[in-house]
Amino acid sequence: MTLTDTLQTSFKTVVSYRVRSLLIILAMALGVAAVVVLMALGDGARNYVINQFSSIGTNLLVVLPGRAETSGSFLGAVLGQTPRDLTLKDAQLLGRLPQVRRYAPLNVGAAELSAANRLREVSVLGSTANLIPIRHMKLAQGSFLAHGTERSAQIVLGAKIANEFFPRSQSIGQRVRLGDYRFLVSGVLASQGESMGFNTDEIVIIPIDYAQALFNTTSLFRILIEAKSHSEIESAKQAILATMRQSHDGEDDTTVITQDAILATFDRVLQALTLAVAGIAAISLIVAGILVMNVMLVSVNQRTSEIGLLKAIGATSTDIRRLFFAEAVWLSLAGAILGFLLGQFGSLMLRLAYPQLPAWAPAWASIAGILVALVTGVLASLIPASQAARLDAVKALGKK
Amino acid sequence: MIRLTAITRTFHMGDQAVYALNNINLHIASGEYVSIMGPSGSGKSTLLNIIGLLDKPDSGSYELDDRLITDLSETEQAQIRREKIGFVFQSFHLVPRLTAAENIELPLILSGMPSAQRQNLVNDALQAFELKERAHHRPAELSGGQRQRVAIARATIMHPSVILADEPTGNLDHQIGAEVMSLLENLHHTGTTLIVVTHDRELGSRAHRQIGMRDGKILTDQADDAH
Ligand SMILES: Nc1ncnc2c1ncn2[C@@H]1O[C@H](COP(=O)(O)OP(=O)(O)OP(=O)(O)O)[C@@H](O)[C@H]1O
Ligand SMILES: [Mg+2]
Repeated sequence: MTLTDTLQTSFKTVVSYRVRSLLIILAMALGVAAVVVLMALGDGARNYVINQFSSIGTNLLVVLPGRAETSGSFLGAVLGQTPRDLTLKDAQLLGRLPQVRRYAPLNVGAAELSAANRLREVSVLGSTANLIPIRHMKLAQGSFLAHGTERSAQIVLGAKIANEFFPRSQSIGQRVRLGDYRFLVSGVLASQGESMGFNTDEIVIIPIDYAQALFNTTSLFRILIEAKSHSEIESAKQAILATMRQSHDGEDDTTVITQDAILATFDRVLQALTLAVAGIAAISLIVAGILVMNVMLVSVNQRTSEIGLLKAIGATSTDIRRLFFAEAVWLSLAGAILGFLLGQFGSLMLRLAYPQLPAWAPAWASIAGILVALVTGVLASLIPASQAARLDAVKALGKK
Repeated sequence: MIRLTAITRTFHMGDQAVYALNNINLHIASGEYVSIMGPSGSGKSTLLNIIGLLDKPDSGSYELDDRLITDLSETEQAQIRREKIGFVFQSFHLVPRLTAAENIELPLILSGMPSAQRQNLVNDALQAFELKERAHHRPAELSGGQRQRVAIARATIMHPSVILADEPTGNLDHQIGAEVMSLLENLHHTGTTLIVVTHDRELGSRAHRQIGMRDGKILTDQADDAH
């Protein structure tokens, strides 16, 4: 029996058992579609988070006071020592390191903002002009230094706050009061919406000196540092730690977090999550495989006398094995293709429903889904096919 | 062309051994017309199945066209079934989802013949067995006589040298049965060896050689000189 005839004959058989075939194809298709859609969802979520996190800066390092407990000794905590504060002087020292492009000291707090008969509490960032490029913020109008130097009493308003306080007039040049201090509006941030749980539309930024005065502190919350290049991030981190150790009398009480490391962790965790979910979906393919096997076994049983007849008119065991095998190939192929299409359709629906989510299944995931379906279907047919091939011709013919 | 020597076939039912065939010696020459008769359970079908290579004897030797069949591999036996033997069964054994034409085509497909060539042969067979109008009907839409004609067309499409018919008229009424028998006899007239198992004395007596079986043994073997 030629290969073409085997494929054609088994194709006709698949078509003639319409309901049975559709059921198997559907089971296969749902499995493949589940893999494709869940991979699209997982990978979309991963890309979304990574994009968001990448957008907060480039080659960013964050210096914070205290030793991260996970990576250091507990000695400091055990001895009851409190870590030394970060100061503006520390920030200036770090800014002189050769690996550092620019730095921005950071203080964070809340205060009451009042102007034009309005009053509300706002989040306050205290920093320098470098904060804007380091944090990839954009100014819609004005600048951080529109009125004098970094030491002048000036303020940058978040887009929403500017709109709330000065809906009809130009914000730049307006006078506002923040806590007990008066500021001149020097710039307005472009609206960026929420990113990483932080809404830059509802903050105000003031020079670091005023922030320290406002919050009555001399220490810094964080120092943000941008390395000169991606390859210098690690050496920048080491240099920062060394500098801080020196300035803190040999004490290792500073932590440096790199954006890169956090990104890599996010990436790993989300990738693992995606794979786990897709793996669970792939189990449904195995269930489909078991279904294929059962239906094929029933089919061999129902067609016993037909198999006997085929043997009587000269079919070899190989012919019969191949016929059943080819049936499974057709069924799995149809299921895989239909499942792929369903999966693509599902991903499209996801993208339409959540436009900010790039829900595209990676090509390898689609291919893997299709291959797993084919392999399961074909493996599932092995037992029924060899059972059919082994049938005793006389007994098979005798069966009704 | 068919030579059975000391053929034995035993079935085991629990502890009991049933001698379906008990030391059978039989020679059938090319072109003979043989009927096999005997009571139910006498081993007629078993004998036919062994001649048709569907069953293997427990002991004894079988030569077909001077080849020792008992030594051949499964694949070689399948090839002999395909090329030299045509089976006709009491219950027709047509594939229900295939049309008359497709059922007739099956042995050609198994032989690996190209499609275009197959169509010609199938058309000729449909013509010869007066099935042209029924070519695209499924077995369920055919009468018993038509079904058996499809089965005979399928059995003969490869031009086998032996036709083995196991009660070919068992499921047909008398007149249709007689028509089917004369179709088989026509094949015999073209030189094919014809071996028919039947319960019907009248049909059996039409054969030139009549074999009577009982309890797995050949009791009588009469050649009819009148033919
Ligand atoms: N697969 C089997 N298992 C057990 N015993 C069997 C089997 N096939 C046949 N037999 C036994 O072998 C003997 C011969 O059977 P066979 O079918 O050849 O008889 P038969 O002459 O064709 O009978 P019938 O006229 O009823 O068709 C019977 O006793 C039968 O019960
Ligand atoms: Mg019988």
